[in-house]
Amino acid sequence: MSSMGAAADERVKETSNLRKALIRPELGAIVGTVAVFAFFIVFAGDSGMFNAQGVLNWSTVSAQFVIIAVGACMLMIAGEFDLSVGSMIGFAGMSIAIISVTLGWPVWVAILLTFVLCIAIGALNGLIVVRTGLPSFIVTLAFLFILRGFTIFFPQLIERRTIIGGVSERAAGDWLAPVFGGKVGGFFFDWLASMDMIAVFERGTRAGEPIVNGIPMLIIWALGLMIVAHVVLTRTQFGNWIFAAGGDAQAARYVGVPVNRVKIQMFMFTAFCACVFATCQVMEFGSAGADRGLLKEFEAIIAVVIGGALLTGGYGSVIGAALGALIFGVVQQGLFFAGVESSLFRVFLGVILLFAVILNTYIRRIITGER
Amino acid sequence: MKAAMKKIAVSAVAATALMGASGAMAEGERYVLVSHAPDSDSWWNTIKNGLALAGEQMDVTVEYRNPPTGDLADMARIIEQAAASAPNGIITTLADPDVLSGPIRAAVDSGIDVIIINSGTPEQARELGALMYVGQPEYDAGFAAGLRAAGDGVGSFLCVNHYISSPSSTERCQGFADGLGVELGNQMIDSGQDPSEIQNRVMAYLNANPDTDAVLTLGPTSADPTILALNQMGLAGDIYFGTFDLGGDIVQAIRDGIIQWGIDQQPFLQAYLPVIVLTNYHRFGVLPGNNINSGPGFVTADALDLVAELAGEYR
Repeated sequence: MSSMGAAADERVKETSNLRKALIRPELGAIVGTVAVFAFFIVFAGDSGMFNAQGVLNWSTVSAQFVIIAVGACMLMIAGEFDLSVGSMIGFAGMSIAIISVTLGWPVWVAILLTFVLCIAIGALNGLIVVRTGLPSFIVTLAFLFILRGFTIFFPQLIERRTIIGGVSERAAGDWLAPVFGGKVGGFFFDWLASMDMIAVFERGTRAGEPIVNGIPMLIIWALGLMIVAHVVLTRTQFGNWIFAAGGDAQAARYVGVPVNRVKIQMFMFTAFCACVFATCQVMEFGSAGADRGLLKEFEAIIAVVIGGALLTGGYGSVIGAALGALIFGVVQQGLFFAGVESSLFRVFLGVILLFAVILNTYIRRIITGER
Repeated sequence: MKAAMKKIAVSAVAATALMGASGAMAEGERYVLVSHAPDSDSWWNTIKNGLALAGEQMDVTVEYRNPPTGDLADMARIIEQAAASAPNGIITTLADPDVLSGPIRAAVDSGIDVIIINSGTPEQARELGALMYVGQPEYDAGFAAGLRAAGDGVGSFLCVNHYISSPSSTERCQGFADGLGVELGNQMIDSGQDPSEIQNRVMAYLNANPDTDAVLTLGPTSADPTILALNQMGLAGDIYFGTFDLGGDIVQAIRDGIIQWGIDQQPFLQAYLPVIVLTNYHRFGVLPGNNINSGPGFVTADALDLVAELAGEYR
């Protein structure tokens, strides 16, 4: 069909629509999302998973995964890994708590300083990788330990504790804190409650108020980051550079792509995402703990891989990664609603990861034509 | 292709889900226990077994949930999630009030009965609107141990505190001093966490204060090096020695007569009793009028065989 008409170009090889659909990175994740939702609607439909509270619960958990998965996805497409994401989350949270509670500086200063610090560490990660030519796997593994070590050391040194609380009191009235820890759309939920469409508190000081009283900013951040990253990746020159840097760095350099700069910027973006995650968490819970964010780097990578990105770089999609994160979050929370023993979650995770990677390898063979 | 693969994985999980769900549904009550312990923490196995046993005996559905890595922020999500599934009751620890009080309060306010176990205090449980607290109040445990030691003729002691930053550790030592009827003063040392450091500080203190009657340690971390120190100084079995919590070396030392008693906070009861209390409350409206102390239970050489036999299972 497409060979007819003026737009057709005889230099472009024809591919069937089926094949085009198959090599889209999101395809697997879309199918997976549908399957997962269908499964839980059947097995956990009446368990509270799909009431307002339940939906908010798995959406929030998925949004957390989306935030770090978007960063990890961009970096992975640029051909690198960041294993320090989880430690960075703990480190950023502790930095905010120490600056605001222990030093007594305003919370907005603490947040901004922490962002600067984290992005600088991200840049350092990238710089070391680019300058030494070492695998990013090793360099960021080193930072996984370095950052976690500091996250335990500093609060113990300063406060003789590993959990620093009291951020909520410090954040009251702050102009920047609600951007991370606030909720939006409260009036809508009040209205839903007044129409008896969602549950309200039965007792206590908040009796009569809706149990779900707004959408956490965490979810807004997740959606925002996803949209921005998707547009940058698919609609801009910079997005092409990211693909090129991860696909074949040397070839990209020959055609004038600043590969090193792109990679360092992607490390900085990943650090930024980890910092957003940490800030939202600290603002919501009011405390920072040395054990926050453990193993989150792997969860981010798993979400990205389920979303169809290749571990070798140069191929992937932000939408796919976000769907991967959604699958991850829904399954993690949903297995509880379906009454499955929680330790089996890991079994399921391993199985789904293995299938996703096998499928991705198969797809790569189609793309590259290797046998 | 991928769809087919996913379906296989999903139906495998579905089969497991069905098997799990068909457990005990007789009276329809459902209770969820949420702990703060990571998967790797074997101490909590006792809690799981106590919970399962109570569920079986009372004919109610019980579920155990924990954050796999011990991340308390994840634990807050689990409590929110448990509340969304509308169980009859939630049994939870209160490891960090900053993080957990919001979700717990929301669960209480949405009509779910909550019992706080293990971590936290009776005061915090009351503030959150929980029905009761089931655990070992540290001061009272120390006090009971002090009374016991006073009965055995102890007049002075050394408290080896390996976790001085935690207020509950200090309460244990303070309670012990008050039970003995002496001032705590500088009989408590900050030993740090390092085994050889602990050993050396204990030896230094006992050399400087040779008239010390007793040693109190606060758990395996400080007890194990203290056993070594006493062995090295030739005081093992001679000086009165009590400890909090149990562990392999502690049990052996009790058997050898080096340690007089170990204080067991009896985690089994922390999981078992809340289920019994909640079930009876929901079925008959009866509720004990106070908090329940699961400990201190004193483990001595007499009852050691039962402890050793059931260690890791119910003890």
